[in-house]
Amino acid sequence: MIQLDQVSKHYPPPKRGGAGVTALDEVSLTIEAGEIYGIIGRSGAGKSTLIRVVNQLEKPTSGRVLVDGVEISSLSGSALRRERRGIGMIFQHFNLLSSRSVFDNVALPLELAGVSKAKIKARVEPLLELVGLSDKRDRYPAELSGGQKQRVGIARALATEPKVLLCDEATSALDPETTRDVLRLIAEINRKLGLTVVLITHEMHVIKEICHKVAVLEAGRVIEQGAVFEVFTRPQHPTTRSFIGMVTGIDLPPVLANQLRADPQPGGEAVLLIRFIGDSADQPILSRLARHHGIDANILSGRIDHIHGQPFGTLVVAIPGGETLSTALAFFETHKLSVEVLGHVAPALLATG
Amino acid sequence: MSHQLFLLLVNATLDTLYMVAVAGAIGTALGLPLGVWLATSGRGELLAAPLFNRIGGVLVNATRSTPFIILVVAIIPFTRLVAGTSIGTSAAIVPLTVAAVPFIARIVETAIREVDRGLVEAAEAMGATPYQIIAKVLVPEALPGILLGLTLAIVSLIGYSAMVGAVGGGGLGDLGIRYGYQRFMPEVMAIVVLLLIVLVQGIQSLGEQLARRVNKRLRTA
Ligand SMILES: Nc1ncnc2c1ncn2[C@@H]1O[C@H](COP(=O)(O)OP(=O)(O)OP(=O)(O)O)[C@@H](O)[C@H]1O
Ligand SMILES: [Mg+2]
Repeated sequence: MIQLDQVSKHYPPPKRGGAGVTALDEVSLTIEAGEIYGIIGRSGAGKSTLIRVVNQLEKPTSGRVLVDGVEISSLSGSALRRERRGIGMIFQHFNLLSSRSVFDNVALPLELAGVSKAKIKARVEPLLELVGLSDKRDRYPAELSGGQKQRVGIARALATEPKVLLCDEATSALDPETTRDVLRLIAEINRKLGLTVVLITHEMHVIKEICHKVAVLEAGRVIEQGAVFEVFTRPQHPTTRSFIGMVTGIDLPPVLANQLRADPQPGGEAVLLIRFIGDSADQPILSRLARHHGIDANILSGRIDHIHGQPFGTLVVAIPGGETLSTALAFFETHKLSVEVLGHVAPALLATG
Repeated sequence: MSHQLFLLLVNATLDTLYMVAVAGAIGTALGLPLGVWLATSGRGELLAAPLFNRIGGVLVNATRSTPFIILVVAIIPFTRLVAGTSIGTSAAIVPLTVAAVPFIARIVETAIREVDRGLVEAAEAMGATPYQIIAKVLVPEALPGILLGLTLAIVSLIGYSAMVGAVGGGGLGDLGIRYGYQRFMPEVMAIVVLLLIVLVQGIQSLGEQLARRVNKRLRTA
């Protein structure tokens, strides 16, 4: 759906001297239709520049950008404007018009495209329904919360029925709870409408939450890319590892990481990450699991830290798959422990302990 | 107060309103597009024409830095060309308008430059043309600022209109000078000043009210 072919972007040095900036350095990427593609990188890595060349808000210095088979980087004027209608975009700071009501904000792209009033109404109302803002249709952006504003932004981006949705740090101005809501909405839209989503963030948990694939950007180069699961379990580059460390708080032993699979292995084991926080860190959870359910967990790695005097721990264990796994997960749930299935391994691997 | 004096005051008030209204209307009609153009024609902007933008800016500054009373005298030939005469109320509208256009243009330019760049970008991403961006984004978003600026411009025009007595423009200011000062009738001066205060107050609060009504940025608590 989206293809970047050796795309570079150089910003010339400022008039008063100093160095120019290479924001993108021969980036090649392919994003398939229907995918949620995450792009992560530190500040200044070139994420915004990358997403902005997709709809040509930024003209690349060299290279080609194709969207749905059209070489958008070679277009200008009205041809470019027509293609842009097929690409929705949402922004970190929402960029809603303060002078327009919620309804009129969502209607704007349709007005710009010359759609009739009646058709606009017929299109905007279901969109407001979709993002859950029907009751706010006559409100102004100043009267909405951040999460509601981004929902308006999403509805507006979808108004012209685009094939692609670009999200530039769409949740960076929101609190964790609202972030989750907005991400869920994006995932839902991706599923319902089959929309291709490109999502930029500097937070790994956003990627983990909804992305199928991820590219890690550093200094204008893609240093790592692939399916989220692969990149998470087998990060190759130190930068990627540090991003992942922020989320899981662990470094898996390389032997284990290399064997991890996304799908259950017949007769194999599941690898779980258990997080202990506060009181739960003091409880002998694993021995209880063994005593009450007869399930033996094989401890692979673990760590306990203290944050502001509160114990905080992570434990990676292997547990037999299938029925046993479900029982164990239910057990952890009743003890209010945060557990995450990192992946699955084949039977032979862990036998030696 | 004599009947004659009353008539003089009424006529002077009407003259002032007439001059200010016409100069304000034409000034807005010309100053608004000029201001929009000044705000969007710089280097790398929507209607980029950097050279013309610079020239326009210099012309606007030149007009704005000329003291009004000198402007009135300096453009007498132009006034005669436009109004057919250089004397009288209608003729006085010409220099008032010439002063109003660059003033309003700068005000509009400033208001438009305050509009968040992100909104322009969002509109571009939607496939908007430069003219659509101006009409649907920049002007509506800048409207509260533009209305406050226009209010300021009209209040200034009332002040300027007091000076056009020099070319027989008439109006309240002229009456105040001729009767209040030259014929030494302090009560006329007092009434003229009072009327001007009321006029300015009225216009100011009207403008502020309008600006508040179109400003959706504040929470309506
Ligand atoms: N218009 C511009 N002119 C000059 N340099 C620019 C311009 N836009 C971006 N850059 C530079 O290009 C590099 C990449 O910028 P970009 O905005 O893509 O980073 P980013 O990854 O989105 O960062 P952030 O997470 O802070 O948003 C930075 O070094 C930035 O300073
Ligand atoms: Mg950015």
